[in-house]
Amino acid sequence: MAGYLLIESRDPYEHNDVGPYYELASGLAKEGHQVTLFLVQNGVLAARRGAQGELLARVAQAGVEVLADDFSLRERGIRPDRLIPGVKPAPLDAVMDQLEAGRKALWH
Amino acid sequence: MADKKKLTFVLMDAPYENARTVTGLRLIDLALKRGHDVTVFAYEGAVSLAFSKQAKHANAVHGRDVDQEDHPLPREWIAALFEQAQKTGAALEWINCGLCVDERGVGEAVAGVKRGSPADLWKAAEASDNALIIGAR
Amino acid sequence: MPRKVLQVIESAYRCTIEEQDDPVVWITHAMKGAGANVHLLLRGNAVNYAVKGQAVAEVNFGTRHQRQAPRIDDDIASLCAKSVDVYVVEDDVAERGIERSELVSGIRTIPRSGIARLFGEYDQVWHW
Repeated sequence: MAGYLLIESRDPYEHNDVGPYYELASGLAKEGHQVTLFLVQNGVLAARRGAQGELLARVAQAGVEVLADDFSLRERGIRPDRLIPGVKPAPLDAVMDQLEAGRKALWH
Repeated sequence: MADKKKLTFVLMDAPYENARTVTGLRLIDLALKRGHDVTVFAYEGAVSLAFSKQAKHANAVHGRDVDQEDHPLPREWIAALFEQAQKTGAALEWINCGLCVDERGVGEAVAGVKRGSPADLWKAAEASDNALIIGAR
Repeated sequence: MPRKVLQVIESAYRCTIEEQDDPVVWITHAMKGAGANVHLLLRGNAVNYAVKGQAVAEVNFGTRHQRQAPRIDDDIASLCAKSVDVYVVEDDVAERGIERSELVSGIRTIPRSGIARLFGEYDQVWHW
């Protein structure tokens, strides 16, 4: 089974096509693939606990590894203890690790 | 460290318009630091990233002169990426889409940047272990 | 065997008038011409690219008249004619009130739930 790296740079508050991208991540995981959803830039705004982004909790529950770029989190003052359960901070190195591993990589 | 890989990146955004530029360059920098060979295909607005005539300016709002402001210029970042590649023995190929260069009038680019076409993108992608396209919205 | 790549377009009409093309539809044609094994998935607003009869009036400023207004529907149809598989997401088509009969011929439709499986048929997915 292929592995997927889905990078989400946008948030669901400003963009209504982010929800379908989260669903794509969940859908790929349900098909049996290893999937990482890497949030970067404003994409991390959805990862704050209490935000409308409980959407992300559902993605994590579907078996997707949900990571949030630590640079983007710090830039927006979102501390790791304020993240939705199931979302972990990670350096951009995580993206490079997965590109090296040959995961199909998509940027949104 | 992982085995040496060949990676292709496509950038599309013009300078100063979107955070995708900085994230894209951070990824390219990371790839070069790890010693991977990288091809960047700059498409559409991204061909302006390497334009050699970008110039710094002061910032009166913050009371900073030109030197103090030291405003980032994408062309300097790209030059720094070429230096990074030399340090780690990685190959960096930066290809500007030629037609995109022409229509934007940004033919003067920093050293190392080449002019190319979609065929070069395909050739690079075929020769690469992986590719990441960072499109404009 | 050339790598098989699925190009995904979601954002639409961003710069089509001044470029006289959609840049990703255009580059798909160019790479196909260079021997690439590329195919296309239109989702979100980009499903509208497959609607027949898009007629952009030329944009004119003073004496500068545009002579080649974009014809994105023709560009999509000609990709189909070049044996590029062009898919549209059915749910996105329906949400936008587009009738199936309004789409250029040769388009394949796929439900949103089928995208994950479609991705599996390609070596790489380039999401623009």
